[in-house]
Amino acid sequence: MTNKLRWYAKTYIGFILAFFYIPILVMIAYSFNESKSRTFFTGFTLDWYNRLFTNDLIISSLQNTLIIAFAASITATVIGTAAAIGLYNMNKWLKSVMLNFTYLPIVNPEIITGVSFMLLFVSIQALIEGINTSFGAAIPMLEFGRATLILAHITFCLPYVILNVMPKLRQMDKNIYEAALDLGCNEWQAFYKIVVPDIMPGIIAGFLTSFTMSLDDFIISYFVTGPTSQTLPITIFSMTRRRVSPEINALSAIIFVVVLLVLLTLNFYDIRREKHMLKRMEVRSRA
Amino acid sequence: MRKLFILLMLCFVCLMLSLLVYAELEDPSTAEDYYTRFMGQNISLNVYNWGEYISDGNYDLMNVNAEFEALTGIRVYYTTYATNEELYSKLRGGGASYDVIIPSDYMISRMIIEDMLEPLDLANIPNLSEVGDEFLNPSYDPDNRYSVPYMWGITGIIYNTTMIDEDEEITSWDILWDQRFMGQILMFSNQRDAFGIAQFRRGFSANTTDPDELKACLDDLKEQKLLVQAYVMDEIFDKMLGGEAALAPYYAGDAMIMMEENPDLDFAIPEEGVNFFVDAACIPKGSRRKQAAEMYINFLCEPEVSAANSEYIGYATPITKALELVDEEFAENPIVFPSEEILANTETFTSLPRETNLLLDGYWTQLLSSDENYSRLLVPVMLFSGIILVVGINVYRAMNKKKKQKYYF
Amino acid sequence: MKNKSSAFPYGVWMVIFIVLPLLLVGYFAFTTEDGAPTMENISKVGEFMPVLMRSVWYAVVATVVCLVIAYPLGYLISRGAGSRRRTLLMLVILPMWMNFLLRTYAWMTLLENNGLINRFLGFFNVGPFEMINTSGAVILGMVYNYMPFMILPLYAVMSKIDQTTLEAAQDLGSSFVSTFARVILPLSMPGVKTGIIMVFVPSVSTFIISRMLGGGGNLLIGDLIELQFLGNAYNPNLGAAISLVLLVIVLLCMSLLNQFGGEEEMEGALLDK
Repeated sequence: MTNKLRWYAKTYIGFILAFFYIPILVMIAYSFNESKSRTFFTGFTLDWYNRLFTNDLIISSLQNTLIIAFAASITATVIGTAAAIGLYNMNKWLKSVMLNFTYLPIVNPEIITGVSFMLLFVSIQALIEGINTSFGAAIPMLEFGRATLILAHITFCLPYVILNVMPKLRQMDKNIYEAALDLGCNEWQAFYKIVVPDIMPGIIAGFLTSFTMSLDDFIISYFVTGPTSQTLPITIFSMTRRRVSPEINALSAIIFVVVLLVLLTLNFYDIRREKHMLKRMEVRSRA
Repeated sequence: MRKLFILLMLCFVCLMLSLLVYAELEDPSTAEDYYTRFMGQNISLNVYNWGEYISDGNYDLMNVNAEFEALTGIRVYYTTYATNEELYSKLRGGGASYDVIIPSDYMISRMIIEDMLEPLDLANIPNLSEVGDEFLNPSYDPDNRYSVPYMWGITGIIYNTTMIDEDEEITSWDILWDQRFMGQILMFSNQRDAFGIAQFRRGFSANTTDPDELKACLDDLKEQKLLVQAYVMDEIFDKMLGGEAALAPYYAGDAMIMMEENPDLDFAIPEEGVNFFVDAACIPKGSRRKQAAEMYINFLCEPEVSAANSEYIGYATPITKALELVDEEFAENPIVFPSEEILANTETFTSLPRETNLLLDGYWTQLLSSDENYSRLLVPVMLFSGIILVVGINVYRAMNKKKKQKYYF
Repeated sequence: MKNKSSAFPYGVWMVIFIVLPLLLVGYFAFTTEDGAPTMENISKVGEFMPVLMRSVWYAVVATVVCLVIAYPLGYLISRGAGSRRRTLLMLVILPMWMNFLLRTYAWMTLLENNGLINRFLGFFNVGPFEMINTSGAVILGMVYNYMPFMILPLYAVMSKIDQTTLEAAQDLGSSFVSTFARVILPLSMPGVKTGIIMVFVPSVSTFIISRMLGGGGNLLIGDLIELQFLGNAYNPNLGAAISLVLLVIVLLCMSLLNQFGGEEEMEGALLDK
């Protein structure tokens, strides 16, 4: 590339990054604004952060969000990993049918997934009520709230786990597993000594994807949430509808910084790992 | 002498009676354990209220939910909605179970008709006696069997004085149809209020069931849509305070609050008539903590609580004693507590028959989905780009095939 | 390891939480409130033709804009050196991790009549422009929110194109334009395909962006559905019917893409999300 071209490329990237970051930076800047105005900057204050941390609603939403994200992503990782292994051993026809259904929640518009969950849970409620009244049973009612949220989140997390684990299974060397069996391991031992470590990166990636998807989900949660378990995105939604409060800017700023730190750590970790690898390769090539 | 004696006797009887009544009223409320009887039982209540409709502890006023929690030991899960219809959908859709809701008059009678409300045990709400007589036994709930009034008010037009002519006086809803304010008008985003305005403007009843009249109103609203910047509810605070729009219909109480924060804003009550509404606390069917819910409703009727709420949200309280507790300036505010003359020219929304409700729902969706500014280019552009795309892709594939054949055979 | 029964719990889960809900949508779409079969709901969707058209139109525009902007960017990132590439990639991903409501809200503050852009332009005596509550604002919101979904798959496929392949093409006398048309473009097709799906599907079904940036007056399909379930016009049967139509639109668009975009598996590209 010539210098001129390189310059064009840099400007282009710069423009797009500006497009990405200016709104966010403006929000963050106004979280330090003394007045409630979103247009005039009157003075510096940390008051909004203070208020944010004493806001019960936000703290409890944050707790809910974390509980739901952990519960959903751990369950999804367990069921999903098992499913991936089962799918891996299936014949082609069954596997492709199952995989097609697995893609559905990903390709489906989220609003349809949300609506369909809502209809499902309402139907389940009607069913429970029907059974309870006609048979005098006392099945606890499935209330809209934490339970429905977790069920919905598990469902939309599952495909991400399966899609992360499947390729790792395919890359795995089957012979090692067979060798382990030949050398006297039983199936279970061979599984967790050979297979699990091999597919671990996929499992972890699946878990992390699930966790972040669950943390951030608004649309599906919106349709299955109840009065007692607002998640953070739902609280943010009701905040954006109400009278403006720079608390929301403060919240954005905090989320931004947290995400930035997480990504930087991951990035740093990656670089270090790469350096280690390079070093090892160097050592090996010398040997 | 005899006359004097009779007068004295009468006074005495009155005094005794009032004392009796007083004692009877005081009794349940002062019962030591009324508010504390659920203490330590780990009970929670799901309260569903309008956005910005309770005193939350800002401006040195009471944080009502926190006070209630501290007093009773009952945990309050407080969530909000923006319109009566949203509340209705949420309840009808099943799923969520709420214990206390605060719909407006017409929605209460609709919910009563559709059997969605739980009858109240009035003995458990002693503070009902605090409610002013004129708010008891309303037409939407004749015996207060289902509801206890929370706040009342009227609608009107809030406007930004810097954005309209100085000598312009707003006396009519017509101004919301004025071409000069194109793109500067905000409108209610719920069908009852929006159609109500069109109905007042045309001189129809706000409760008309005549399909022709409703159709005419729909046409008016469609015509107005070209001028409307946005259809909003709670967002109106933000937009009017920030000077984003010149005119908006809204509830008097909120208008008062907005005027306090932005002195450029003013409020007008159109002469064609406005809506008079009462929002009242109810318990929806399916609530499993009815007693606690009634306790919450009772708490809302405590004069100090109602006074704090009233002052915070700017709406008028129906609790007589609360009027003495609020700031004097506030109690004399003609917007919040309009004169008899203005009140005489108001109409209350009542529940509509099912067919009319369905018609309104349909009209509302139609209004929001129709696009009079619709680009005429849309369909042709889509059609042609579609054709070009299809042809292009096919040509590309055909060319690729040929090339491959050239190389391989 | 040889057993497939470990997929059994997932199979059950799938039937209850993926298949059954979709069947329920279908059931609601073809029944009345009392459960009697009817075609009424589906026919009624015809009333909302303008909404359907508008949603598809906005989504198409947003997708095209994303593609046009993201394609060169994806290429540039993929050709960068190791650390630079990672940094750029991180910068692209970072906004995606912020909640989309907050990001959209940020644009609200910028686009308002008294917003920062208009005030900035005011210094030069330009404007004010009416930006918020227009269709342009809605499309901008879509582009801003979903752009990373276009960049990432494009980057993923392009980074797999070996630099030596490009050099070989050039050595064989190919100009940059023909290298692009004959090597880069065909090799990046799977990424384009995934990117289009990843942007088009959420754009066509969004319901918050149009409300926050579009003023709530011109509904999109998503708003229409939300209106029937949790909004002002309670009618879940009609809502289900509209959902069904939306689903068909999305599936149609995807099968079209699959027809024309080659037969690569979606799996790999999806993983890059």
